[in-house]
Amino acid sequence: MSAVTSDVILKINNVSKLFGPVAALKNMHLEVRAGRVHTLLGENGAGKSTLMKILAGVYHATGGEVEFCGSPYKPENPQEAAARGLTIVFQELSLCNNMTVAENILATREPSVYGFINDQALERRAAEIVRDLGLPIDVTEKVGNLSMAQRQLVEIAKGLSIDAPRLVILDEPTSSLTEAETDILFSIIDRLKAKGVAIIYISHRMEEIMRLSDDISVIRDGEYIATRQRETVTIDELIAMMVGRQMDEIYPPHLFPPPPESEAPILSVEGFSRDGEFKSVSFEVRKGEILGFFGLIGSGRSEMMNALFGLKAASGTVRVDGEPAIITSPVDAIARRIAFVTENRKEEGLVLAHSVEWNISMAALGRFAAALGFMRKREERKSATDEVGRLTIKTASVDTPVGSLSGGNQQKTVLAKWLLTQPRILILDEPTRGVDVGAKFEIYKIIRQLAAEGTAILLVSSELPEVLGMSDRLVVMHEGRLSATLPGGATPETVMAHATGITS
Amino acid sequence: MSDEKHAPAQKPYAKLLRQYAGILASLILLCVIFSVMNPRFMTVANLMNVLQQIAVIAIAAFGMTWVILLGEIDLSIGSIIAVAGMAAAQAFLAGFGFLPTLILTLLAGAAMGLANGVLIAKLGLPSFIVTVATMGIFRGLVSLPTNGAPAMIEDPTWIAIGAESFVGLPIIIWIVVVLFVFNHVLLSKTTFGRRAYLTGGNREAAVYSGIKVDRVKIAIFMISGIMAAISGILLSSRLYSAQTNAGTSYELDAIAAAVLGGTSLSGGVGTMIGTLIGALIIGIMNNGMNLSTVPYFYQLIVKGLVILLAVWLDVNSKRAKQ
Repeated sequence: MSAVTSDVILKINNVSKLFGPVAALKNMHLEVRAGRVHTLLGENGAGKSTLMKILAGVYHATGGEVEFCGSPYKPENPQEAAARGLTIVFQELSLCNNMTVAENILATREPSVYGFINDQALERRAAEIVRDLGLPIDVTEKVGNLSMAQRQLVEIAKGLSIDAPRLVILDEPTSSLTEAETDILFSIIDRLKAKGVAIIYISHRMEEIMRLSDDISVIRDGEYIATRQRETVTIDELIAMMVGRQMDEIYPPHLFPPPPESEAPILSVEGFSRDGEFKSVSFEVRKGEILGFFGLIGSGRSEMMNALFGLKAASGTVRVDGEPAIITSPVDAIARRIAFVTENRKEEGLVLAHSVEWNISMAALGRFAAALGFMRKREERKSATDEVGRLTIKTASVDTPVGSLSGGNQQKTVLAKWLLTQPRILILDEPTRGVDVGAKFEIYKIIRQLAAEGTAILLVSSELPEVLGMSDRLVVMHEGRLSATLPGGATPETVMAHATGITS
Repeated sequence: MSDEKHAPAQKPYAKLLRQYAGILASLILLCVIFSVMNPRFMTVANLMNVLQQIAVIAIAAFGMTWVILLGEIDLSIGSIIAVAGMAAAQAFLAGFGFLPTLILTLLAGAAMGLANGVLIAKLGLPSFIVTVATMGIFRGLVSLPTNGAPAMIEDPTWIAIGAESFVGLPIIIWIVVVLFVFNHVLLSKTTFGRRAYLTGGNREAAVYSGIKVDRVKIAIFMISGIMAAISGILLSSRLYSAQTNAGTSYELDAIAAAVLGGTSLSGGVGTMIGTLIGALIIGIMNNGMNLSTVPYFYQLIVKGLVILLAVWLDVNSKRAKQ
């Protein structure tokens, strides 16, 4: 703690953050120096965003201390963080589309007299900021009329518009930028460095990281792993540090060997494309096979699954049992016995206020319809009770509102709902997100069991060990394209290399 | 409780009683208060009168329950009530008989509901705005045939609906009973009813589960239109005429009845039984205050306060559960 190095501007020591019993950060350490770009590297969910939100005053650390510019730093809110000279540019856009660029950049800090905004001063001030940054943007334009890339630049201008920034955090700033705008951003970063501003940079793009960074820190599972100087480290070493855990022992073994390549696929997808989301993706899956899909955020995997289920229009050929299948709505998909456990169970999977029974039967209501549309309630109850038993859903009764169950049991209820439709093709998008370890293992067992019964499974996950541990084969996506189809035994390093695009 | 309202029960009567304990207690309390204030209140003749008075609101409220259950609103039903009456009067004038007129009137209600439903489901417009607009449009349509004057109805069968009795009960009450049973069964016993609950509970999840939510929406606005048309038939029958201002602000009483009965404005929760009790409370308040010669403007204030209280209790009980 002593021997304060003159140019260390931010010092994070032993910081932890608990959400209930779950530790999102454990013993985090970081030293960021003035005038340097410090990259934070880690898988989705490694704890990068949590750490940044603590620095920005959005979250409060559970333990540990932070020192900023030589004095203790515990911001109560983002305003206090900004006042201390720390600014953060989030990857999610936080702009009002129906207001002008100038109004957005100076939002909440408009020059005003007695509460009346001085529009001319506002535009002049914003124009100065934009000019200083070298952005080719008209400040009187409405944000809604700008491209996504231009909006991202406005977001950056907004973040940098505070007085005298000392530390700037950029959270995946290039994810929606084209090359020209990325160059503008990099020259902004160079100028900030020259002024002695420290930069924390978060990105998944390896080439960019190697070009821009001075220091690189890797975090994994909420823990600090190591810091390296850019000159002393290779991409391969970084990836190894990022994924370097032992494959956990929580993946149950295959009940049967995967089907041979010679067997006809139950589902084949060819040249599947949708503008701006995914492009010419082709794959096939056989009865009883678990086909994993891995990709970082923005790789287009979830969007593609939505399109496959008829929720979005896409071009390309989809064949079920060799027959071309035109699927334009979930109704079509369900008729072809495709089921879709989405990544957001609360929004798209469940009616939280309704009972477990109602939620389980909702995708298979036709099964319980008698003459004149009357419900066969006794059979509905029996089916729901059976599923609760089969999937060991822990609930007081089938009448309990599903919203009062734990995350794992809610997820099993979504699974039960789809199993009642007797799917032949089951799409699972992040099936264990927000689920505790015990329920995770049970869900893995159910997936194995379903595969053994002949269901073809598309398993989408951003948890690398999960896809590697469960899949027979693995499709890796990078920025909307299929970057590799790998055998189940692929190493994490290979998968990560394809997912970050450094092999292409 | 409201979350479990629709769940099947092992002991239906005990559960029903517990579920509606609050609102039933209010109903009984109101009856006690009015009996003390006025001995004429608790007579068979007066209670029959109350039931006949609430018929128009209760039937419109059955339709409104479907709409609110969906998380939507239908402000045009007051105007549909008037259009239905005028359509009937004009049909009789044109020489149609009872049955053709009845069918035509019901079709008019269904068509107006269809218009609302298509605008809301297919064009994705908010139901509040759509039905504010059609409330005005339908109200304007009423006056077209007569330039704003009322139209007499002289068909004896039509008049008999509001005036005659059948097996000791006024026909109007029989109609309420039949429509209550119809709506209750459709909502709680059929797949259509279930789809309405699911769509209102979480539209997104319903879409993902293969429910054709647009069709459900359009069908429900048509039900609301048909129920309002039946209310219009009863009203015109009791008044022997079609009035251009008939049914004005009835949508508010219908909404109040549904909400008092526990239908959640955010959708997915509600029952026809609750709405029936809600309509009874509103009817008894109107009748009791009239008998006790409470001035009309005080009645409005009291009704408003009762609705606020009911909604506050509902919101509170939901918060307590979370």
